[in-house]
Amino acid sequence: MSVFHRFANPNRFLKLTNQVLPWVSGLTVISLAVGLYMSFFTSPPDYQQGESVRIMYIHVPSAWMAMFVYTSIAIASVCSLIWRHPLADLAAKASAPIGAGFTFLALATGSLWGKPMWGAWWVWDARLTSVLILFFLYLGHMALMHAFEEQERGNKAAAVLAIVGFVNIPIIKFSVDWWNTLHQPASVMRADGPSIDPSMLWPLMIMGVAFKLFYIVVLLIRIKSELIEAKLRKYRRAVVDKAH
Amino acid sequence: MTRKSRRMYVLVVAIALLASATALVLTALDDNITYFYSPSDLKTKQVTVGRALRLGGLVEDGTFEKLDGGLKVKFSITDGAETVAVNYEGILPDLFREGQGVITEGSLNEKGEFIAHEVLAKHDENYMPAEVIEALKASGEWRGDEEQITE
Repeated sequence: MSVFHRFANPNRFLKLTNQVLPWVSGLTVISLAVGLYMSFFTSPPDYQQGESVRIMYIHVPSAWMAMFVYTSIAIASVCSLIWRHPLADLAAKASAPIGAGFTFLALATGSLWGKPMWGAWWVWDARLTSVLILFFLYLGHMALMHAFEEQERGNKAAAVLAIVGFVNIPIIKFSVDWWNTLHQPASVMRADGPSIDPSMLWPLMIMGVAFKLFYIVVLLIRIKSELIEAKLRKYRRAVVDKAH
Repeated sequence: MTRKSRRMYVLVVAIALLASATALVLTALDDNITYFYSPSDLKTKQVTVGRALRLGGLVEDGTFEKLDGGLKVKFSITDGAETVAVNYEGILPDLFREGQGVITEGSLNEKGEFIAHEVLAKHDENYMPAEVIEALKASGEWRGDEEQITE
């Protein structure tokens, strides 16, 4: 726990963030550039889907991030409820819009992919419906955070929602195995190894890493600005108090 | 017990209860969450004539035919065990072909044939360049088409 507490100190966190941020940003740009180049130019068209398969390189990493960010929020919420860490609330608050963005991207690219391949923009099968619910959970989380006069109560309500909503994550993951769906089963994270050819798996993995790095960059920037804002508020209050 | 550990126990119990409640609801709703029935499901579930439902499976090899040379088509959907004849009038998705997974929306008529008003293509989870498929077929190791949608 001691490491955890050490970095939960806002000042130490800010210092560490400033050191790490340029490196992570650079890695994000490089991996995104390499990943996109491979996705669109060097990877082969699919034997069935042809060139449309390239939507996968955006769609699948977005969907991974939609679930990953939500899981991070749920973990942060547990820390916030049990250990009352101020940074945990900040992390949850800063993550929600990013996760909502990824979820929207997954839904939108999935829709664009579904029309040419399946013949429908949208169907109400278990996978698509559970991801739409995830999107609404993100929106609800963001709304609850700001629904109360006191930030404390908003944080608490949003944390409870995030933990309750976490039941949806395994449902999304296993929906394609538990029920008949139009959406195909998992290709990468499956028991018997990926069913994607290495020439397509590599760009997909690089895109996955790039998206994860992007999340870290935006998350750090957002937490940083929240911390600075809190500091500013404190100074302003001190100045006002002195004037009186 | 400290307040921290009490909060932790409350949270663990609440999550366990929530997870089991969700599992029960999902099990109870199993039939409604399933997006389509397989031909075997149709036999066991005693579906009434005219009831709207979705039927999914593989387009059986050698059963596809165009009627009147136009948009009217006829084919059979199979899951390996049972087979249902399907009539459809309209545009088929690009991925539609014999041996391909499809999901059709419509209802059964008195003769036990499925009258579809929509056909969607279900593609599998294999992603490969065309050359790899050619190589696999040449070496006799390709077995992609038969192993899907049998549940």
